[in-house]
Amino acid sequence: MVEKHIKYIISIEKKKDDFASVVMEHLRLNGAYWGLTTLDVLGKLDAVDQDEVVSWIMQCQDQSGGFGGNIGHDPHLLYTLSAIQVLALFDKIDVLDIEKLDIASLQNEDGSFFGDIWGETDTRFSYIAICSLALLQRLDKINVEKAVEYIVNCKNLDGGFGCAPGAESHAGQIFCCVGALAILGSLDHVDKDLLGWWLCERQVKSGGLNGRPEKLPDVCYSWWVLSSLIMIDRVHWIDKKKLVDFILDCQDKEKGGISDRPDDAVDVFHTYFGVAGLSLLEYPGLKAIDPAYALPVDVVNKIFLTT
Amino acid sequence: MHGIPRKAPTQEERDGSSIKAAKLRDLQSQLLHFHYNKIYTKEAIEISAQLLESNPEHYTGWNYRKLAVQHLLDRHQENEVDSELPQSVLDEELRLVENALKRNFKAYGAWHHRKWVLSKGHSSPDRELRLLGKLQKLDSRNFHAWNYRRFITELKKIPDEDELQYTTDMIYDNFSNYSAWHNRSMLLSKLLEKRAKGYDKTENVLSEEFEFVRNALFTDPDDQSGWFYHLWLLGQTLKREPLVISSSPPHGSNLSLSIDNPDCQPSFSKIYHQSKERTFPLILYFSEAVVGVSSSTVTVEFDYDGGDGLIWHPLSANKLGFSQAWLAYIKYPHDSLESCHVKVTVAQFPGIISSSGMPCSQSCFISFTASVCSNNQEHSKVQTTHKISWNEENFKAHSTHPEDANLLASLCKLNITKENMPTTPMLCIETISNEIACSRELLSSSNCKIGKLILARLLVAHNTLMTYGCMDSITEAHYEEILALYHDLMKMDHAHIGYYEDEYSLVVMKQLTSNTESLLKLCGNYEELSLPSISSYTCVRLKGLSLSRVSCMEHLLWVQMLDLSHNKLRSIEGLEALQLLSCLKLSKNRFSSFTALEPLKMLKSLQVLDVSYNEIGAHSIDTRRYMCSSPLNSTTGSEWQLKRFAEEDADMKHFWDAYLLFKDLNLVQLDIVGNAVVDERLKAFLVKLMSALKWFDGESCH
Repeated sequence: MVEKHIKYIISIEKKKDDFASVVMEHLRLNGAYWGLTTLDVLGKLDAVDQDEVVSWIMQCQDQSGGFGGNIGHDPHLLYTLSAIQVLALFDKIDVLDIEKLDIASLQNEDGSFFGDIWGETDTRFSYIAICSLALLQRLDKINVEKAVEYIVNCKNLDGGFGCAPGAESHAGQIFCCVGALAILGSLDHVDKDLLGWWLCERQVKSGGLNGRPEKLPDVCYSWWVLSSLIMIDRVHWIDKKKLVDFILDCQDKEKGGISDRPDDAVDVFHTYFGVAGLSLLEYPGLKAIDPAYALPVDVVNKIFLTT
Repeated sequence: MHGIPRKAPTQEERDGSSIKAAKLRDLQSQLLHFHYNKIYTKEAIEISAQLLESNPEHYTGWNYRKLAVQHLLDRHQENEVDSELPQSVLDEELRLVENALKRNFKAYGAWHHRKWVLSKGHSSPDRELRLLGKLQKLDSRNFHAWNYRRFITELKKIPDEDELQYTTDMIYDNFSNYSAWHNRSMLLSKLLEKRAKGYDKTENVLSEEFEFVRNALFTDPDDQSGWFYHLWLLGQTLKREPLVISSSPPHGSNLSLSIDNPDCQPSFSKIYHQSKERTFPLILYFSEAVVGVSSSTVTVEFDYDGGDGLIWHPLSANKLGFSQAWLAYIKYPHDSLESCHVKVTVAQFPGIISSSGMPCSQSCFISFTASVCSNNQEHSKVQTTHKISWNEENFKAHSTHPEDANLLASLCKLNITKENMPTTPMLCIETISNEIACSRELLSSSNCKIGKLILARLLVAHNTLMTYGCMDSITEAHYEEILALYHDLMKMDHAHIGYYEDEYSLVVMKQLTSNTESLLKLCGNYEELSLPSISSYTCVRLKGLSLSRVSCMEHLLWVQMLDLSHNKLRSIEGLEALQLLSCLKLSKNRFSSFTALEPLKMLKSLQVLDVSYNEIGAHSIDTRRYMCSSPLNSTTGSEWQLKRFAEEDADMKHFWDAYLLFKDLNLVQLDIVGNAVVDERLKAFLVKLMSALKWFDGESCH
């Protein structure tokens, strides 16, 4: 199946003209991150032309320093993180002019982050800013204490986190908040038993995970719920084998790729989350992935354990 | 991307898709062109509307739109031709957002654009709430809509009470609405906190809420919507002030401080501590994690002068300083051999606060005597010149030493003065008892998972309330029933067996350690039979109990030798409180990394450690990597100076987790065999790192 998935991802990279690609043109940089990280976890990052990718990424950089989802698109934090992550995969972070990036100017007084100059606030952007700067080893550029304070303000009474203070707990937001706190060594703010129970109850009868109570399971939650559980050391509260079976069931065994649910259409987004989830579940033959930085462990270790 | 069935498209579908793609590509490239060239003609703006209505996720389109609107409004300001213009321009934006939301009512860009329009002072709360009403009917769980609702209610200052009523209506309409329950919990929390009119009697409010959520649970026990709300209510009901529940030395005990060379037979008529510097550890153990324990909030008095300026340390890795166990070192007065009376008063002044924000306002005191013993007196510090083999034949049950049993019994007894012990409010116990009855009723009609889980939690809560901190309470504890419930849950909800095992372990530990009789059964006398002249020690044996978690350290603060082998432990959080621990056996458990052993770093007396036959190094994913001090999350500070190590020890970087754990431990004996991570390189590294080490995996070294 590994070969089929690799073939699928490479074919997606080539396709630019069908409707699915056109409608997601504006987030192609995210797509690059999903596809390339999957290839690396499957051990086949060398299947792409590194220079070509790096050069395309740099063309997505706006003169303000941030990255757009594609060439000519406005800069936004969402794509800036993907750019940094892909460069990290290729060990090419040094092509970036870190001073030009200016993520710090997007931080507000209450510690939250705008996604761009248009002022949308969301804890996703807190994670992105913190993860980006951590990978660049420049966390000194922001007010870390305030950033943590804002995230803690988004904590709910069920132990989870929402996109803003008072917002409902959602697995995606929980991953962002827990990931950000993990990167900042601040997981003490998380009530791990309380959140752990909420997260483990995302596993439904089929073995898949949903994103919040009474919703359908979806392979992408195999990442967001699973990585959160791992960061707070409660992953033993779910049935890992059943989840593996669910993810494997979502594969398109003929054409490769993974879908959100069994027998649905595949896409690169769910292929990445399925493979990343399997890596976290220690499925044999896959590179280990780091639950906080969402990059292979060897990439992360290289950045933090060497000078 | 979601919910699209997998099937190969027909030729017709492929053609249709191509046409759609071409059209969209055209709109998108035009938009980028207009945006880049700042073209804001009527036609250009119309193109952007077409784009956003068919692809509302095209975020640059929304940016362009804002610039276009800004451009029109600015131009209007200069010319002031049509006074209706701003209104109509912004109306158009609202209409566009509604159309875009029809296409995808989860598009972040559309929602944000609407907020941006409103920030221009446009639209009425009624119009917005009507739109929300429509959308929430279509999908009552749309969190964008709920967020937007909170945005509007805050903007227009709609009172919390009104919004609370809205959640009531939504829930009556369909209780399976987690979003409504969530909003309810936030609103109610705010109202209770500000003691709003009608919400000042917390117990009454909680009582009503329990009844409200009961309807949901009874109607469909498998629907999760009310589960977390119920748990929150339980937490609110049980919220109370923290208190000291045990100490070391225990209240009423006699501490004998030995400052000389220890070559004597120990006996346990007194507690002993050996220290060249005439210091001994004083530990306070609270009912829950607290912060603020310092010399301002805890006073220690000796007979002769006050013990000023003691430095208190939290015994937990919690960065925020919260801990259940707190430690201070008390220095015995210089040159004195007289026995001395020590009185520790806790919370005489305010400042100690629990992690749930409750202050410790009731003060209590602990007193004990301390004296120094000279040569030829007994000691009880574990002798570490010989190897501890932990062999079964070296253990004897304590019943063979009746004097020891007596002492142990007195050690086990908690005697914190009850003068100022706060009593549990009756209303709280009543609520819990009532809820217990209701959950039994639920279980009788439906043998459901949530019924069992709730009942188990309620019984645990009831135990805690009735026996708060006291051992051997007369009131019957529900342990057997609770354990049976968790057994049932493990069978009926096998996927979550890990969770139930952890909860089960906590209850087992409570059951074993809260009762003098059962605790005595766990104690054994350890004597190295091969070396009969060497002392024997009291060892607490919690081996082979299927424990996956440890807790309830309050009754074990005096323990010096502990056997936790043959269990299912993955972490040992809580063990930091056992400051007198000298020998620890953790073999045959499930520790999967060195990072999982981080709590041991606080055990300054630890000399003998056995972590053999675990799973360290057997897993590619480290689940504790972000919970401990590590170079990956910038928490190691000066401990980890990478620049310094770069040239030197490649080993130190490679084994960073082992390094950070063992470098501060003064181990004399270490057993590590049977872990996947162990190889010659690691062994050599560890032997080099720990200069005091005499025994490594059974063989002598240094």
